[in-house]
Amino acid sequence: MKTAVLSGKGGTGKTLVSVNLAAASEEAVYIDCDVEEPNGYLFFKPEKVVAENVTVKIPLADEGLCDGCRKCTDFCKFNALAYINEKLLVFNEVCHSCGGCVLICPQKALTERDKTIGEIQKGVSEQVQVITGILNTGEASGIPIIKNLLQRIPSGHGDIFIDCPPGSACIVMESIKDADYCVLVAEPTLFGVHNLSLVHDLVKLFGKPHGVVLNKCLEGDNPSEKYCEENNIKILGKIPYDNELGTLNSNGLIAARESEKYRGIFAALLQVVTGEVRNATIIDS
Amino acid sequence: MKIAIPTEDKSMEKGVCMSFGRAPYFLIYDMETGESMFAENSAANSRGGAGIKAAQAVVDTGAEALLTPRCGENAAGVIQAANLKIYKTMNDSIQDNIDAFKSGKLSLLDEIHAGFHGKGGE
Repeated sequence: MKTAVLSGKGGTGKTLVSVNLAAASEEAVYIDCDVEEPNGYLFFKPEKVVAENVTVKIPLADEGLCDGCRKCTDFCKFNALAYINEKLLVFNEVCHSCGGCVLICPQKALTERDKTIGEIQKGVSEQVQVITGILNTGEASGIPIIKNLLQRIPSGHGDIFIDCPPGSACIVMESIKDADYCVLVAEPTLFGVHNLSLVHDLVKLFGKPHGVVLNKCLEGDNPSEKYCEENNIKILGKIPYDNELGTLNSNGLIAARESEKYRGIFAALLQVVTGEVRNATIIDS
Repeated sequence: MKIAIPTEDKSMEKGVCMSFGRAPYFLIYDMETGESMFAENSAANSRGGAGIKAAQAVVDTGAEALLTPRCGENAAGVIQAANLKIYKTMNDSIQDNIDAFKSGKLSLLDEIHAGFHGKGGE
């Protein structure tokens, strides 16, 4: 089963939930798709880490063949090309690697070369395979890295947890596209409800079975809980606003590995999620 | 020589535009004949890379200098590759800047910003 964990903004507890669910599982793969600021590895501290570059294609002009017709500069919707002083200028960071300029060039003056935009690191932390996507600073889009991460999920390694980037933009859509189930993490505030509604709309749009984990729960009213009740969203579990959990987390420790209480909470949550995924798969097939 | 200035509208009475890549118009002014021509900036509504496209258009007019309040690094890359000089405008009056340029009072723009990339910049 592939479970994506997402939320409408950063800091709600995506990494907390996905790291601890993976840690509570007998055998799991944890994939950090938050490529702009991956942090799951800080908790897992994986060993035997192997890194591999991720590249995209960038056009390269052969000045001898280019006759300055400018079909490529006119074609590029991102304006990544300019033709100045009888030379083609390529703005690498504006290029979206669509390959259109190469196809359209009548002189066949354009070829493609690889440009490294980041890397994927694979390592092991106890029974969890930890796979981290890292986008280099200054690069425009992490989507090629996420595609790469999700293309090569090792099969037959138990539960797969995808820690998504925050928000509901393209980069999140790419992360949840192949997920069997989506776990939405929500904070107990009005602001939290707004963010929850954004990702709720997204998972509905994608037709993904989903449920909510209520994080940072306090005594009294929880607006996110109310939102779930009003919209018939399954509440998978509640995580308390708790000093012990905050301290473990701040020290880069995995609560489900360090504390009996949290091992119990996340094992129970895992069981609920597993049951939901199973139901969703049965209904789907 | 011809010079280019990003403008808010196609009139000498209107102001210099704060943005280069997304300026609605460019004034192409001939210093010898005093002839002025306003060209619509087709890059103004680009989803991305507006500075690059606008700079290409300015270079293609044959202008030899650009007078602008500011300029992003990609646009500056195109402008400088074409050996145009970039001068910093002194206020938002088109005429004042032409006069100042004529009498050599405008200084070169030395602050090239990293680009706003669709995130405004006001």
